Amino acid sequence: MRILRQTPARLFLCLCLALISGPATLLPLPAAELMTQFDTAEQEARYQELLREYRCLKCQNQNLADSQAGLASDLRREIREQILSGKTNEDIDQYLVGRYGEFVFYRPRLSNKTLLLWTGPFVLLALCLVGVYVMIRRRRTRSRDQRVADATTASGSAEELAEKLQKARDLLSS
Amino acid sequence: MKLVLKLLPLVVFVALAAFLYRGLSLDPSELPSPLIDKPAPSFVMGTLPPGQQPFDSSSMAGQVWVLNVWASWCRPCIQEHPLIIRLAQQMQVPVVGLNYKDDPTDAQRWLNQYGDPFAHVLSDQAGDVGLDYGVYGVPESFIIDRQGIIRYKQVGPIDEASLTDTIMPLIERLKEHDS
Repeated sequence: MRILRQTPARLFLCLCLALISGPATLLPLPAAELMTQFDTAEQEARYQELLREYRCLKCQNQNLADSQAGLASDLRREIREQILSGKTNEDIDQYLVGRYGEFVFYRPRLSNKTLLLWTGPFVLLALCLVGVYVMIRRRRTRSRDQRVADATTASGSAEELAEKLQKARDLLSS
Repeated sequence: MKLVLKLLPLVVFVALAAFLYRGLSLDPSELPSPLIDKPAPSFVMGTLPPGQQPFDSSSMAGQVWVLNVWASWCRPCIQEHPLIIRLAQQMQVPVVGLNYKDDPTDAQRWLNQYGDPFAHVLSDQAGDVGLDYGVYGVPESFIIDRQGIIRYKQVGPIDEASLTDTIMPLIERLKEHDS
């Protein structure tokens, strides 16, 4: 513990503690906001699930479950009211898409428009793998052809030529 | 065949680069509104100053009008406001102000300070009308034609360019249409 007597070390330790505890203040308020009353457990489960499916339009990289924005809070209230009044998940989907567009789905729905979005990376990966495979194949054949060509260039005595011919035959049959 | 294979990576790269370049010029905070060319949601809402008859949106039928979403807590609204005033005066078009999730006293003070060009000021403290119109930020503005169809949505503050290039010409065109 002698190290703690030194000021720089103490400062560093304080900084670490501050960094660890600071972000705790940014934790979402799960208890107060989301502990809302529902008639059935099923409704509550639907509510929690739906909140994860919709995007907060203001903080666009968060879903409604995580976002602290005022709009997110309004939308949570609206969704809860709709669940309580008997609306289905499809009704709520339509309500939100009708006002905010497809972007309101946190996970893009699979449709003609989003097909390229979903399959694009895999198609690209496949193309790259094909390209790599073709390149490897070509390099292997080329190096074999190269060695055959070296072996068959005419030079030197008949014995050397016979040797080269034999080497060529061996290579071609490998 | 060999030439095609040789060129393929280049083609893929160019295609990818084109997509990414286009993506850089798109602003993800500007969502296209699904309400364009759809009927403007009808509503009844209390007005500022309080004590008057509530405003019924169906009373605007037959007119070209603008719905401007604003709030006293909204910084960009201060920059936009002179253009809203100009829009109302020059185009002789009713501009209805939707005071969004705001305190009525603050709102009234803001109008006294920056000017009040609004034909009506609606007090949407809960943001309900905002939800119906797909409002997700402030300010936003909607241009609605004589049939009550939303023809244009401005996400964010109206600036000089969008006012003179898009909004004013559109309002001209819509006004020429008979009801």
